[in-house]
Amino acid sequence: MRRTKAAALVAVATAAGLTLSACSSSGGSGGSGSSTYNAANTSVVNASSHTGGTASYQLSSTPDSMDPGNTYYAFMWDFSRLYARPLVTFNPAPGNAGLQLKPDLATGLGTPSDGGKTWTYHIRSGLKFSDGTPITTKDVKYAIERSNYAHDVLSNGPTYFAQYLVDNSSPYQGPYKDKNGGLNSIQTPNDTTIVFHLKQSFADFDYLVSNPETAPVPQAKDNGADYVKNIVSSGPYEFQSYQDGKGATLVKNPNWSQASDPVRKQYADKITLAFNQQQTTIDQNLMADNVTMDLGGAGMAADSQATALANPQKKTHIDDVQSGALAYVALSSQVAPLNNVHCRQAVQYAIDKTSVQTATGGDVHGDIASTILPPTVTGHTDFNLYPTSGNKGDDSSDGLAAAKQQLKLCGKPSGFSTNIAARSDRPNEIAMATAIQASLKKVGINVQIQQYPSGKYFADDAGAPAFVHSHNLGMMMMAWAADWPTGYGFLEQILDGNAIKASGNSNLSELNDPAINKMLNDAIGNTNDAQRNQAWGAIDKAAMQQAVIVPLLYRKDVMYRPDSATNVFVNPAYGMYDYLTVGSTK
Amino acid sequence: MVAYIIRRAFAAVVLLLIVSAVTFGIFFLVPRLAGETTQQLASQYVGRDPSPQAVQSIIHNLGFDKPVYQQYWEFIHGIVAGRTFNDGPTPTHCAVPCFGYSFKSHLPVWPDLTQRIPVTLSLALGAAVIWLVSGVAIGVLSALKRGSIFDRLSMGVALAGVSLPIFFTGLLSMDLFSFQWPIFSNLHYVNFTDNPLMWAKNLVLPWVTLAFLYSALYARLTRAGMLETMSEDYIRTARAKGLPERKVVTRHGLRSALTPIITIFGMDFGLLLGGAVLTETVFSLPGVGQYAVQAITDNDLPKVMAVTTLAAFFIVVANLLVDLLYAVVDPRVRLS
Repeated sequence: MRRTKAAALVAVATAAGLTLSACSSSGGSGGSGSSTYNAANTSVVNASSHTGGTASYQLSSTPDSMDPGNTYYAFMWDFSRLYARPLVTFNPAPGNAGLQLKPDLATGLGTPSDGGKTWTYHIRSGLKFSDGTPITTKDVKYAIERSNYAHDVLSNGPTYFAQYLVDNSSPYQGPYKDKNGGLNSIQTPNDTTIVFHLKQSFADFDYLVSNPETAPVPQAKDNGADYVKNIVSSGPYEFQSYQDGKGATLVKNPNWSQASDPVRKQYADKITLAFNQQQTTIDQNLMADNVTMDLGGAGMAADSQATALANPQKKTHIDDVQSGALAYVALSSQVAPLNNVHCRQAVQYAIDKTSVQTATGGDVHGDIASTILPPTVTGHTDFNLYPTSGNKGDDSSDGLAAAKQQLKLCGKPSGFSTNIAARSDRPNEIAMATAIQASLKKVGINVQIQQYPSGKYFADDAGAPAFVHSHNLGMMMMAWAADWPTGYGFLEQILDGNAIKASGNSNLSELNDPAINKMLNDAIGNTNDAQRNQAWGAIDKAAMQQAVIVPLLYRKDVMYRPDSATNVFVNPAYGMYDYLTVGSTK
Repeated sequence: MVAYIIRRAFAAVVLLLIVSAVTFGIFFLVPRLAGETTQQLASQYVGRDPSPQAVQSIIHNLGFDKPVYQQYWEFIHGIVAGRTFNDGPTPTHCAVPCFGYSFKSHLPVWPDLTQRIPVTLSLALGAAVIWLVSGVAIGVLSALKRGSIFDRLSMGVALAGVSLPIFFTGLLSMDLFSFQWPIFSNLHYVNFTDNPLMWAKNLVLPWVTLAFLYSALYARLTRAGMLETMSEDYIRTARAKGLPERKVVTRHGLRSALTPIITIFGMDFGLLLGGAVLTETVFSLPGVGQYAVQAITDNDLPKVMAVTTLAAFFIVVANLLVDLLYAVVDPRVRLS
């Protein structure tokens, strides 16, 4: 952990230096800085103040929506900041500095009061929408109301505000149905102040307001689902055109000023987006320097990766990026015999994580994990409660012995049988499940792989406890990333007993430990950052003692940055390149 | 002639109704018969981690709380009379032909789909010209020079063309001509009205790739047809009358051999207008085919209904045109 911190400090210092030198240079010189393997993980590559040109983005699918109030995709939370400014946002910097929040529309981070149940923000004065009208806190309030309380129209985004804000005496129906009033728990005493009243103390509230749902929307211009076609910008770029499912073009917003915005730049003259492009074509276009960025930020296709990594020149343009996601196996605390902690601990010792890593394509796709919290999440603490030589589990004598010892304690000295669920349309998940099956067999644990389509995995199968019990799903493959990179953002949905649902459940283990529930609740109510962050590590350890989650891999994605892309760095908050300052020399 | 067209148009409407009913049934009735509840159906369209209230709102908004026959009736009614939706601060009217709003994006389906027709039309037209000209020409020459090196070579290439899938030839051509030798680099669709030259330049590879498949097929069909026709008695008679060989081939031989070609061309062209799925996917062209793939992937019923109906419409119209053309090409055919 110390080594990680030290490396991060060096990275931050380097990045800051490069950024400063970039900002101080004048004129339109091209990019500078070195392009080496993994350089953008810790520094700004091609730091440049070059202005002009077109930054082109391609995407292999389509965004759920470009409406900042109707999206849940990480790459859209990253990209939307170019035209939609939330109250606060992540610091545009590589390394751990990128996990820090910076005021954006607001003049500072939130001021908590009432023990963390009330949060107050002041926004900058003189801000304007792209149509020239002034931005006020009423526009922020309206944006939250439409995105969180009109889910039948804008259904894609999260509803954390509806979950944590105090509701009206008669439930608020959202601005489309309730045209006479708004949500009483958001107050706007004047045009630059906004106050939030929460049901409970919530120390991570600054992270909630960093999501694009707090980007202002002028009520007069909102036409529901159709707003995506005429989004009114508050950022440095505005929409010139938008075609659903095809793409969009953004140009400079003349009503945005650099002076009002400490985090963004307006380098490129134009930004183009093309959707539904073949991933291999995107990769080839990146390598041929035809496009600036792969918008999806989920990495290259497998065959493109192999080509690029094998070519020494191309390899210097590659970053193996920590995505912030954890691949793991959830062990059911309700399905026998895994309802016995010793049976679960036997599984922890027996799994050969090296073979799991190999099955997914090697270490470029993920580092072997021993904790639930990935290293890129605030509060991560390094520990390993179930160590085996070389992480080989039953392939090492210590792992084999420890697993057999736990099986004896569990009353199943010769092993047991169970099922493992995996998503049929995720080959990597099937490959990992197969490797797990092979390693568990060596200690007498016979596992049958049950495959289910990912579209209904949470609604009907692994995420439906009744189905899990009736189908004897003792183990379930899972991948998880936080909506915001803190311990609470990562752990609450997968460890809190109060988060267990009859359908759409993410706490697949059905862990309902009163002590862990209390630890989570206490930590999120604690406004002392140091104490709170320390608590996440403790909760992680407590859950690992319960052995309900077998961490497999901290996932990584192989990304490519072309020569023409300037100011490129990975922001760990998004697990991909930070789009706020990207420019193009083309 | 007019009565014939009216009769065929009526039959086309009935056919389209059947297609729409079957598609609607597959996506709405079959899941219900398999035990899927309205909540499970609606939960696909309400984002991650929806509240029960949100699911209930979606059920009501999308009309899942109504009987299936009523949902189908409202869908058909919308196509001929339009519909009004409450998808925002004020009710919005969806004009005729209203195929409804996307379950995913909540945007009207028809304008989105029609924007894609020019892309598919551009692809299909250009490819069709290439494959008709090259396929028929090669087929005729092969038939006339039966057994020659040209015949063997062209039929060998034709066999390869028929056998190789587009996702192979397309990716190969792109790798060669976009990246290894970047003659057609950074392919992307450009509207004909914006820049005709760039429109053509960006479509050359998709045209050639698509035409390679079809021209191979057409060359083999034309060759077979020509060989059969040229051995007919009336060809011998034409030659005996002293007609020049060029006239024998073009007026008597080719005209007869073209009849089955026209039939299959009508079918192929109609199918392509409904979406050249593989070609559009390989070349990332934002056409009807790509739209269809997206609609099916998202299980977005209004989009699936619209694209299926549109594809069926194109096939029906193409068949009607083929039947009308028969009367022109084949003097034995009379429409009544």
